[in-house]
Formats: sequence, C-alpha cells, structure tokens
Amino acid sequence: MLSFQESLGKFTVTCEVGPLKGCDVSEIIEIAEVLKGKVHAANVTDQQSSVLRLGSMVTCHILKSNGLEPVLQVTGRDRNRIAIQSDLLSAAALGINNVLALTGDYQTHGDHPEAKGVFDLDSVNFLATLSTLNSGKDLAGKELTGVPNFCGGAVVNPGAAKEAAYQLQLIKMEKKAAVGAKFFQTQAVYDLKAFEQFMNDTAHIGVPILAGVIPLKSAGMARYMNKNVPGVSVPDIYIERMAQAEDKRREGMKITAELIRGLKDLCQGVHVMAIGTEKDVPEILADSGVL
Amino acid sequence: MILSETKPFAEILTSLENDDKVFLLGCKGCAEASKTGGLQQVKEMKEKLEAEGKEVTGSTAVDFLCQKALVRSRLTPLKEKVLAADSVLVMSCGIGVQASAASISRVCRPACNTIPLGDSRGEWPSRERCRECGDCVLDFTGGICPLTKCSKSLLNGACGGASDGRCEVTPEKPCGWELIYYRLKGLGQLDRLKVYIQPKNFAKMEIPENVIPSTLYDIEFTEDGRAK
Repeated sequence: MLSFQESLGKFTVTCEVGPLKGCDVSEIIEIAEVLKGKVHAANVTDQQSSVLRLGSMVTCHILKSNGLEPVLQVTGRDRNRIAIQSDLLSAAALGINNVLALTGDYQTHGDHPEAKGVFDLDSVNFLATLSTLNSGKDLAGKELTGVPNFCGGAVVNPGAAKEAAYQLQLIKMEKKAAVGAKFFQTQAVYDLKAFEQFMNDTAHIGVPILAGVIPLKSAGMARYMNKNVPGVSVPDIYIERMAQAEDKRREGMKITAELIRGLKDLCQGVHVMAIGTEKDVPEILADSGVL
Repeated sequence: MILSETKPFAEILTSLENDDKVFLLGCKGCAEASKTGGLQQVKEMKEKLEAEGKEVTGSTAVDFLCQKALVRSRLTPLKEKVLAADSVLVMSCGIGVQASAASISRVCRPACNTIPLGDSRGEWPSRERCRECGDCVLDFTGGICPLTKCSKSLLNGACGGASDGRCEVTPEKPCGWELIYYRLKGLGQLDRLKVYIQPKNFAKMEIPENVIPSTLYDIEFTEDGRAK
C-alpha cells in the first residue's frame, strides 16, 4: 500500500478515528488492527466538538506503532502559537508528519463550556506555520535543530448553501492552498451533483480533494444533520431508504459504498467518517470497489 | 475616550496604492485629542499625500465620527467630493472607520491603529466594536471588524459553521464574515478577501506604560502628581 503522501493526487482513502474519553487505549489498538492496510491513513480528531477526550498525538502514535499511518488533527482552539509549534515539533519527533490544520469548534458547544478559547492562529495562519517550520525556522524566525517535513492539509465545506458562505469557502480554500495546503478533506457529501459543481468551481486550485462521507445510522440522524450541520444535505431518497430498512447499519453502509463509487471519478480521494463504527470501514471500501 | 496613533505612512500608502483620488475624513473627538485626526492632522496628511502624487478630492473633520447620523449629515454637503474619490481615508479610531464604512458608499480605509486603554473604552451606543488591537485590519475587511464581529475573531475568512447567515456560536448574531463578504462585494473589492493576514501581534494589545499615568487613563493619579 502507498504511503499517504505517495497516494496524494492518485486516489487517497482515509478514515477517521475519534479517541475516547479516558486513557484505556485497547479500542484504538483494535481499530488499528482492523484498518491497517485498508486505508492510506487515519485522521485522529482533536477534542472533536470541543468534548474532552484522549489526545490526538498520543492516539496517532499508538496507531502508527500498530501499523496504521495517522493524520494528526490539530485545532487552534486550545493552543496558542507556542503550544501549536511545540506540539508540531513533538509530532515530527515521533515521525508523525501528516497534519490537518483546523480552527476548532467553539468551546461553548462542548462539555467544558466554561473553558477559555484561545484562537491565537486561525487555520490559514496555522497552515502558514507548517510551511515556516518546514523551512527550518519557527514563527519568531529562529533556527530549528532538525527540519520537519510536514504535509499539511485543511478542511472545506463544499455544501455551503448561501452565496456568501459558499464563496467564502472557495476564497479561504485558495488562501489555504497559497500558504501550503497539500490536501483538502471535505464535510460530508451526499449530493453528488452539487459536489461535481464544487469540483468544477475549485479545479483551478490544483490541490487533491478527498470527499468526506459519513455512513448513515438512521433516518433520524440524516434529518438531524440536515437541520443542524451547515452544508450537509442528505437527499430524501436516502432518508426514505434508511426509514424503510430493517438492518439500518447495513443500509447505511450500502449507501456509503454507492456514494464512494460515484465520487471515484469526481475527486482525488475519499475520507470516511464512521463515527463509532470504524470497524465497518473495510467492508464499505470493499463494497465500493476502492479496496 | 479612545486613543489612536497614526499608522506608518508607508502602510497607508500601500493601502492606497490603487487609489489615485482620496477623500480625507478626520474626527474632532478622541482622534483630535490623540493628535491623529483633528483638522491639523488632516491638513498635514493632505500635504503628504499630494507630495506622493495623490489627488485629495476633499477633506473634513466631523465632530464625532462614531455617530453615524452625524457622519451622514456632515458629509451630505460634500457628497460630490466624497464620491469623486476612489476611497476615503478615515483618520480616527476603529469605531470611526466602521461607522464611516457603514455610512459611505466608498471604500473606507483606516489611517490609524487604535491602541489599548485596558478595557476602559467609553460607552458606545451602536453595534460597532473596537478591540483596540493596535494593528487595524479594517482596510482588508470592508470596514467591518473581524475581531469583534466574528465570534472566533478569525482573520482569514469564515469558519464554515454559519447556518443561513447566522453565527454558529451565537445564532442571534449574523456571521461577521458574511457581512464582510457582502460589504466588499458591494464595493467591488472582493479581492481584498484573498490577502493573507498575519497572526495578530498580541503584544500590541498590552496597555502601553506611557498611557497609564496620563489623563487618558487615570485623571486622579495625574492631578495628585503621583504619576510617574
């Protein structure tokens, strides 16, 4: 199997691993066993939705030690520029070089709403910081001992509905590419036609785009996302299928495989976010024909 | 009272690089007291810009630029001169720039940085806020402050979490970056969104030592003669 960086520009398959709340890592080791050799890399989320969990870097290290290449997700919500740079150097020292740079969800939406948010660097500043570190210097212009080789990526929400929200996504994507983003992973895609339009609108950017997919677990989940997750719109046909299905888990996997089949010719990869059902990913990939 | 300082002239010239014609707008409130936007400073700025080959289509200083009604009424007799300019250079605090940008259908560029007084900013009855960051970015954002209008104070664009134009963090508020988008679009300045903005220099948000023992900060201290 190609490494994550070798796969970029061909067809990259990534998935997502969400650390649990606590220090028991047995589940993570099991997931690594199931996914290794099946995906180019697994993203590890960083206190996703501002909910406290085991750290992303340590989880990446455990995945890597168990044969699964990680993508370290790092947000600027909980770290200032000193902590961000230090954490990145720590990751490089552990051989973790793939980094997804995120602004971060707002802290009041998580399980510690009293926390002070940091937001010292936004995601574009963060990507520029990765490029600076790759040049052998820190943000203060001081020389580093050892030069890291980060492959920085970013997120984009291709389904933003309103003109301003959509155009702001495209402009920010251009900025992210200009400061060194090497790949993009998207918010969940369910509408292939709208996604094709997005791919046309961003063709000039020339950075590989990995389309996000989330296996549905129920019709209620689809309705919830349509109502509450900006940019996600699950078509009625899928909601109907989920509502009718006897085995909802299987039906969700089947829909995801169909989506991946449709995405194969549209973009440069897929990013499967199987929240809590990571072990289903190999079967979804096999069914979609990308494995 | 809000304290401001004039941006380095080279930075002002860079912001005006595509503008041949400029209207100068000063403020006879805090900016006059700060010696950054009174009639005297407006006159000096006019001479400096003309020496650089800019055409100054007109200039004035309004009593309080933070009052949008006052901005509109005072500029009405000068409307032709304002509209003849490619942009308006506003010599005031960040609120004056935002109030002007909200009132004038021309690009309003900041000539000043608002420097911190340590949360002592005065009462301001309208929606604009200035964080006194000491490094004004209003020139890149259509005169709408991303530090105070965006819940995450993002400098380089929207987070992507807005839903139907409402902020993800505070749904009662519009997304600040969408406001910026529509303002810049109306001005034909969407390219400004593509400019990379460096991380903030938070050192500039510390209260300058020379401000503390002054009438601007603590009048009792100074009158007692205990100020250093």
